[in-house]
Amino acid sequence: MPSADFEPVIGLEVHAQLLTRTKIFCGCPTRFGAPPNTQVCMVCLGLPGALPALNRAAVEMAIKAGKAFGCRIAERSIWARKNYFYPDLPKGYQISQYELPICSGGAVPVPGLGRIALERIHLEEDAGKNVHTANGSEVDLNRSGVPLIEIVGKPELRSAEDASEYLKSLRLTLIYLGINDGNLEEGSFRCDANVSVRRKGESKLGTRVELKNINSFRFVRQAIEFEIGRQVGVIEGSGKVVQETRLFDNEKGVTRSMRSKEEANDYRYFPEPDLPPLRVSKEWLQSVTIPRLPQDFADELTAAGVSQADARTIVSDPRLVDAHRRVGGDPKRAALFVVGELARAVNDKEADLDALAFDPALVREVWKLQDGGAISSTAAKEVLAELIRTGAAPQKIVERKGLSQVSDAFELEAVVDAVIARNPAEVEKYKGGKANLLGFFVGQAMKDLKGKGNPGALNALFKKKLGGF
Amino acid sequence: MKPELLPLSQAADAIASGAVSPEALLEASLARIRALDGRLHAFLRLTENEARTAAKAATQRRASGKSLGPLDGVPVALKDIFCLEGVETTCGSKILRGYAPPYDATVVRRLKQAGAVIVGKLNMDEFAMGSSTENSAFGPTRNPWDLTRTPGGSSGGSATAVAARLVPGALGTDTGGSIRQPAALVGCAGLKPTYGRVSRFGVIAFASSLDQVGPFAQDVRGVAHLLTAIAGHDPNDQTSSSRPVPDYAAGLDQGVRGLRIGVPREYFGEGLAPEVEKAVRAGIERLRAAGGEVREISLPNSPHAIATYYIVATAEASSNLARYDGVRYGHRAKASQLLEMYEKTRAEGFGAEVKRRIMLGTYVLSAGYYDAYYLRAQKVRALIRRDFDHAFASVDAIVSPTSPTTAFKLGEKMDDPLAMYLSDVYTVPANLAGLPGISVPCGFDSKGLPVGLQLIGKPFDEETLLRIAHAAEPSEHRLSPLAEGR
Amino acid sequence: MAIDRAQVRHVARLARLALSEEEEERFAAQLGHVLEYVERLQAVDVAGVEPLSFAGDAAAGLPLREDEPLPCLPRDKVLAQAPEHNGEAFLVPRILE
Repeated sequence: MPSADFEPVIGLEVHAQLLTRTKIFCGCPTRFGAPPNTQVCMVCLGLPGALPALNRAAVEMAIKAGKAFGCRIAERSIWARKNYFYPDLPKGYQISQYELPICSGGAVPVPGLGRIALERIHLEEDAGKNVHTANGSEVDLNRSGVPLIEIVGKPELRSAEDASEYLKSLRLTLIYLGINDGNLEEGSFRCDANVSVRRKGESKLGTRVELKNINSFRFVRQAIEFEIGRQVGVIEGSGKVVQETRLFDNEKGVTRSMRSKEEANDYRYFPEPDLPPLRVSKEWLQSVTIPRLPQDFADELTAAGVSQADARTIVSDPRLVDAHRRVGGDPKRAALFVVGELARAVNDKEADLDALAFDPALVREVWKLQDGGAISSTAAKEVLAELIRTGAAPQKIVERKGLSQVSDAFELEAVVDAVIARNPAEVEKYKGGKANLLGFFVGQAMKDLKGKGNPGALNALFKKKLGGF
Repeated sequence: MKPELLPLSQAADAIASGAVSPEALLEASLARIRALDGRLHAFLRLTENEARTAAKAATQRRASGKSLGPLDGVPVALKDIFCLEGVETTCGSKILRGYAPPYDATVVRRLKQAGAVIVGKLNMDEFAMGSSTENSAFGPTRNPWDLTRTPGGSSGGSATAVAARLVPGALGTDTGGSIRQPAALVGCAGLKPTYGRVSRFGVIAFASSLDQVGPFAQDVRGVAHLLTAIAGHDPNDQTSSSRPVPDYAAGLDQGVRGLRIGVPREYFGEGLAPEVEKAVRAGIERLRAAGGEVREISLPNSPHAIATYYIVATAEASSNLARYDGVRYGHRAKASQLLEMYEKTRAEGFGAEVKRRIMLGTYVLSAGYYDAYYLRAQKVRALIRRDFDHAFASVDAIVSPTSPTTAFKLGEKMDDPLAMYLSDVYTVPANLAGLPGISVPCGFDSKGLPVGLQLIGKPFDEETLLRIAHAAEPSEHRLSPLAEGR
Repeated sequence: MAIDRAQVRHVARLARLALSEEEEERFAAQLGHVLEYVERLQAVDVAGVEPLSFAGDAAAGLPLREDEPLPCLPRDKVLAQAPEHNGEAFLVPRILE
């Protein structure tokens, strides 16, 4: 644990692959998992004479991200070349954005933390894959040219836990927008962390270390926590933290200095001459719509009386939000269904959120049956479970399972009369003040009705006949 | 005159009239290449089989009245900077020796669609860096007017092939004068279009914001036919313009009456050879006699053009040439680890001038120097452009010498790179400003070497430029003794 | 403004060019000569001038490319020019650790 004298300062950089069909500067498909070097062309291979041709959809997705996070979206932004040599970078430079990115400012809402400010969001191309082998590397350029947005957060996070929550919220928003699939393990959603520490009360920032190779949420916390501890240790040992890039070793749980590839990278950024400045007109900007976002849904649910915890659960998965919407009716009741019966069914593998076997709107029919007294609340749970599993019409389920309860006044009255007649001693006791015998009477009536009596109605009838308390 | 000696538009007419078949014209061109190119070294390789197939198809089209236009059946050749699918494309460099692109450049596709018969690939300064074709990794090309002299560069092979009548038409590229200067030094016409007029897709890049593809022909009408075929928007090149492409040959004969032609005073100062000045001024006089309104103008930032160019062009080149790393194609040096492989590959593959420019370009972009060099140069570039914008408010075209000297001797400028750079002094401004420029022959010096007259036009106003150039070009095109077979 | 051999070496490393000692010496002199020449730009008044980085037409680049897949190169063609490959991937020597 870090010494209490120190305050960690953390900013996260996320690289998110955009879910376009084709690459950012050429028409090669972006589909993951194809055999090596089968999704390449002269452009993404960096062959002599090739030129980039910007994909409109990539820009549109970046605009969506900008809108979702409340960024300023530049009417005019500039492409830049980031120059360095590496086998997975075919042109010897990456086309990115440097001085004038498409989005600046904005913030990510994080439940419990408020809003964490962003520096910027910009577009760039991904590099290929370099796989190290015994005697060298194998280079696969399928991934070269896949569109990325880089989302740079300001260093406003103060703990590994906060960083993890920020990341979750950011990732969820991108999923809601339909622009990224949020997959850390496959590398379509990547996170680097900039970590520094300073003594509490100090306003100056400490030396920043960049952490790379963090490919799960658990590792995000581990890596940052380790690094905070390491830096504090260095400072307390009268050393100086070196500004560098460190890799997270997820087996050992430590960060390790990257062998510096060369003297500090001089990327020699300059404006990309092969692409005109990117222009986003007011018309284009207005035409780009974004769906409702996690925070909006969460607020809506809690306003309708859903607990914060349940709201978070639902909102954390767009499919649950969708199921909730399709149930309709009373949002609080629908929420209880989603986090209750539906979640249970999913856990028990009785339901697949990607392919529900039932029409969620039918849940309201079950409610109707329950509210009208046709089935008891216990029966309702059974019907719902069956509905989720089979998608059959609720009325049919009730009939097939014989779950309808008796609510008919005459029938009930006959049973009530019979129970009263059968139990004179208890009737005396009840009339004498033992109010809790009501339960006994109702229980007796339920026995006679084989459990199919409407308990509320029975309760009311007994009270009427015996004199209510 | 023998059809193979005709300027392009007249060769096209001869094909159209049936006076010569494309197949016959091709064979005649190939025969001339066999006879003369040993001494000239304009060609790096020929594509005879493909050419014969194309010529045959053109002949058949002509016979069935289905001609594709003026270029159908006309032999042309390509600077070795253009990707020609399946054919070795070296860009004049050892680092690409043996490299055969898997695709055609857009302009190559368009020439093929116009029926042109592609005969082969032409010599050039390595990666288009040079003004004499002496930087080719495969030996220099020689000037048809004097084999001890250079034809200029970097499109020296293209200019020579046309001037020696090996082929009627050729394509080159012009980044700082690489079409216009060789055209001047060998005595033919060569045009650099407005930046963005012609697609750069499939053209091996030197300096992306300056490179343009352009045609060579002996005659301006031939240049116009080639430009019409290759110009126009290309979705593969997002710097290319969507403006419509007219028939550039249509208005050539309108003459210059009433057109205002500016003479920049800064282009007639120190460094200009007296005999070149004399021939150019005579050319200007002829334009005035033909009705052009000639007036003096000023382009005050001209003295800064070379410095600006050599910062911007080398910066972009240093980045464009980073892909030649031995990983995916081209030369790879033997090495046991990656860094060594990179450094040796590029050391072995690149010639001295290319290395110099890569280093200069890397330097001016590097940390601490970017603002003082690259950023500043791009600002001066804006000033140079502004000079032209001001000038074009009062003139329709600008006239000047193309090159400060006539063809210089092989080896003469190789010891001092800067001296070589200064031969671009009149041509680089048009590249920096993105303007169209053309060189046409306007006379000879006392050694019998050609002198070129340059015209610079407004953006996308190649029509006016070609019209004036047509009025300025000689009515008869003299052949060099070598081309005549003497 | 002269450039010394150490700077030449640094730039050569950035550009991944191996230079012999003789080349270092020669290039230092030649590049120095060119840099002296381009120094003249320092005297130009560029106050308030926007750099001209994009040389093309105002409307160039439009319309942007639609997100429709186009044919890729067949892998055998991709690898045909490769100095070293294993039928699937490009092979490069190891990075020195």
